[in-house]
Amino acid sequence: MRIATLCGMGFGTSMMLKLFIDDILKAEGIRAEVVPWDLGTFKGQQADIVVAAKDFESHLRSITARVVLIQNLVDKVEIKTKLLDAIRSLSSEASDQG
Amino acid sequence: MTISTDPDPVPLAGIIDQGIVRAWVAVQSWEAAVNFVGALLVEAGKIQPSYISAMKRVLHELGPYAVLAPGIVLLHARPEDGVLEPCLGLVTLSTPVPFGHSENDPVDLVFALGAVDKNAHIAGLKQLAEMLGNPDSLSKIRAARNDVELFRVLISSGQVKAD
Repeated sequence: MRIATLCGMGFGTSMMLKLFIDDILKAEGIRAEVVPWDLGTFKGQQADIVVAAKDFESHLRSITARVVLIQNLVDKVEIKTKLLDAIRSLSSEASDQG
Repeated sequence: MTISTDPDPVPLAGIIDQGIVRAWVAVQSWEAAVNFVGALLVEAGKIQPSYISAMKRVLHELGPYAVLAPGIVLLHARPEDGVLEPCLGLVTLSTPVPFGHSENDPVDLVFALGAVDKNAHIAGLKQLAEMLGNPDSLSKIRAARNDVELFRVLISSGQVKAD
């Protein structure tokens, strides 16, 4: 699984999100690649889940991956809850198809 | 592309110093807040003046998503916009100002990050994220009424082990 964290430049909010998400996945024992990207670089890349700040939503309309929007980027509980929901729903879709 | 999150040589204490921290400043607008923290960084030799307009341009072009939590903005632009040394400035505001965010306005903690490359600031950013995610640290930052006290709070909070 590949998770992209996105922001305008690829090393501010997106890097902060990556650091939290790496910790969450490690604690949950979930294997995934977490890559911080800026918007321009991300176009044309593949990801299963995209995580970004809530007010970044208008820049994400053309993205086909599952999008997780975070209001408070330093709230580990919000990030964990929304991310694990997205991972679970991806997994259940995958098992429905299999 | 994989980016290492191993400890690097520029933790939070290495990018913050007393000269780029100001407590309880009065400004009338978000532009004035950006100008104020930017001027601190210019005077300290951390950035070129061009970086200030670049930080404002990012907010204009990409919107206020840099208001990353209630009351907190993390301003930054690109290394090539004029960063001379890795740095993190902070200005706390006596009267919060709106940045135009849908939920996290108004802002009273204005951080300005200057990164020299994509990886050099990761350890510092991680410490910052941990500090901002800790309600106790946040209330200490907001309670500091002078520059020396604010700097001391930042350094002691930043030294708290991330895990």
